[in-house]
Amino acid sequence: MLFQRVIPVLLLKRRSLVKSVQFRNPTYIGDPINTVRIFNEREVDELLILDIAASPSGTGPQYDLLEEIAAEAFMPFGYGGGVTNVDHARDVFRRGAEKVIVNQAALQRPGLITELADTFGSQSIVVSIDCRRRRWRDGWNIVTSNARKKWKQSPCDWAREASRRGAGELLLTSVDQDGTFGGYDCELMQIVADEVDIPVVGCGGAGQLSHIEQLFETTTVSAAAAGSLFIYQGSQRAVLVNYPTRDRLDLLLDTVASKSAQGSGEFV
Amino acid sequence: MIAIVDYSMGNVGSIQRMLKKAGADSALTSNPDQLRSADKLILPGVGAFDAGMHHLRESGIKELLDDLVLEQHKPLLGICLGMQLLMDSSEEGTAAGLGWIPGRVQRFEWPENQKPLRIPHMGWNIVHPDEDSPLFHKLDARSRFYFVHSFFAVPQDMTSRAAVTRYGFEFCCAVRQNHIFGVQFHPEKSHRCGLQLFRNFVEL
Repeated sequence: MLFQRVIPVLLLKRRSLVKSVQFRNPTYIGDPINTVRIFNEREVDELLILDIAASPSGTGPQYDLLEEIAAEAFMPFGYGGGVTNVDHARDVFRRGAEKVIVNQAALQRPGLITELADTFGSQSIVVSIDCRRRRWRDGWNIVTSNARKKWKQSPCDWAREASRRGAGELLLTSVDQDGTFGGYDCELMQIVADEVDIPVVGCGGAGQLSHIEQLFETTTVSAAAAGSLFIYQGSQRAVLVNYPTRDRLDLLLDTVASKSAQGSGEFV
Repeated sequence: MIAIVDYSMGNVGSIQRMLKKAGADSALTSNPDQLRSADKLILPGVGAFDAGMHHLRESGIKELLDDLVLEQHKPLLGICLGMQLLMDSSEEGTAAGLGWIPGRVQRFEWPENQKPLRIPHMGWNIVHPDEDSPLFHKLDARSRFYFVHSFFAVPQDMTSRAAVTRYGFEFCCAVRQNHIFGVQFHPEKSHRCGLQLFRNFVEL
């Protein structure tokens, strides 16, 4: 049985670990290497690391930092931020990442996804899509540049195109839910997951484990990603890097499986 | 010393780090002398089947490996694409594989009456080893390993199957023929279970 994955997402701003709320006000959390070390000890399923300063500032990936991260990570990790061409991606893989995550660069030049997939294989190419609910109409907009720029395509159209062009996985984030502890936007997650045959990672809003349970129960995403949940403790947002034990996660996944036994049967 | 065969197919830093944790010296190399002097070999690999075989042939490493593994009986562990290359051929391409273990590599396909599962098979899954498999020593029925793949090996001889995993159906996720081993998953990315597997290979 393939287990649904539970994945901490770490946001970097240069060499600092930060956390945003609805993509705004990134707050300093601590040292990324220490954090990766703790997550490694907790035996997390996977890590996703996003440098939110790389694209806006036009700098490439931080290779030195990646190398330090790789030295601590005995689990798969993906890296995104400033990857705009095959050479960037090659250097990221060389530093030890399993996956490269692209977002704005792929929207600007969708052919990038194909180039990356042809060179490194689809399984290592993640397309990240950040979505915000439209204000006056139903549906969602794709946004980039810290949610300041809106794109024309709908998330579903872009998900289909990204998959067709060779993406091996989608990281789907709800900007509205990001950092709010209010739970995932399960509606968004499901309409996009329905569009593609590749794995979808849902992100944005997890404040407690029951939110992950809910995401797995009501959608067919392959993984739940979370930032705040795994770096804060309590309503005062005290920084405490944490991750559930394997037994706790197995219990959660068992509960999901028993409740959805009549459902998709996807992971049997 | 364990030599990790360098043929430009994917990142191998994590394999080296895991071997170090398992207490083994290792070297990433394509140098024939270094490969000859190794006690054991690891054939890593991420990428396409034909590209992998192309690199092995172009560099002359294929002939050398044929000699080291088939004639001198050095233990070898193929990982991911490295396992698939041990077989005769793959649906992914047209190149001939190393052909050390008879069989072929197939793409995941779902019967019509079954809901199609997402591909690649990506994430953590339970590996069920055969009882006498030395590579899985001390790894129990709850052992989880990290997988990322769209193709899997189908050995002709069922006795060369060393472990199975279920994804839609049961498929062979590890092979063994005497001193030749292969795993479809990534032990170098599988925390404690992966470390144990490398220890087992080191202690063979």
